[in-house]
Amino acid sequence: MSEITLTIDGKKVTATEDMTLLDAAKSVGIDIPTLCHHEKLEPFGSCRLCTVELDKGSWNQLVVACVYTVEEGLKVNTRSEKIDRLRKTILELYLAHAPDSQGLARLAEEYGADKDRFDKAASFCIHCGLCVRYCAEVKKKNAVGFIDRGTRKEISFIPEIASKECWNCKECFPLCPTEALQAAYVLVEALRFPRS
Amino acid sequence: MTNERIDEIVDKYGGDPSTLIQVLIDIQVENRWLSKEALERVSERLKVPMTRIQHIATFYKAFSLVPKGRHEVNVCMGTACHVRGATRVLDTLEGLTGIKPGETDADLRYSLETVNCLGCCALGPVVEIDGKMHGKLTPAQTAEVLKTYE
Repeated sequence: MSEITLTIDGKKVTATEDMTLLDAAKSVGIDIPTLCHHEKLEPFGSCRLCTVELDKGSWNQLVVACVYTVEEGLKVNTRSEKIDRLRKTILELYLAHAPDSQGLARLAEEYGADKDRFDKAASFCIHCGLCVRYCAEVKKKNAVGFIDRGTRKEISFIPEIASKECWNCKECFPLCPTEALQAAYVLVEALRFPRS
Repeated sequence: MTNERIDEIVDKYGGDPSTLIQVLIDIQVENRWLSKEALERVSERLKVPMTRIQHIATFYKAFSLVPKGRHEVNVCMGTACHVRGATRVLDTLEGLTGIKPGETDADLRYSLETVNCLGCCALGPVVEIDGKMHGKLTPAQTAEVLKTYE
């Protein structure tokens, strides 16, 4: 496999061609915040928090580091005024859904995000898909999935599968970046009040 | 809908998981809704998990997880129809059928929906019933038209 050299925050990085910008940054100890990323799962790119800038000379292109694969000679910035502003707004939008999430609060402090900027819509779900993808890709049970779309999108357990599989697993609960009890609540709801 | 009929539809498209939406469309058209039993059969035959089918079936407005009426009444609420009195047409339809947009009456006779533009603004206000356009409707005419659909 051919080696690729690129620059991240001024550091020369050597990477292999199947690596993402996130992997490459991690290999030299540069931290990029993520919410929807998980080592065992395919890249998803839903939380957009790992957005970084590619220096294209006259302009900067914004890409998500967890999906974008490395290219020869790329110049990547992982922090800038623009990126910080972007991450701040993303966090503020998430905090409207999960104002008490400790993980979000920690990031909010770093980026100066105000959790009261947007009206609360406490759904506790930021659609990161970690529980859905973990159940499908790692456990291969497909007990939980998304339903509906847009603002009405939410996670939903299939009662027939959940009643057999979930009590002995529950591995998706601690994955949740906003609130570990979110999946627990939806699971109990699915078993107690199954959608027809 | 019987499992045999679902199998026929699945086989028609070759039974590949990527044909899921085609299969669901065919079942929706023939059955007018997607029952849980039908979806479970499709899941089994196409080897697609129920979570994925549920996601797709709830994503597209063309699919319904509850029975639809015999006649699908789509009221255009686009700008042109709106200024030409679509609201009054919709009010009339709601009054006559006793249902709100998105609902189906108890006899499964009508399903009422609002749409945003049917593309024939010169005919506004427009109501589409079972694919047929009814243009320049007054509330009184709306009642007459609706009566012709049993």
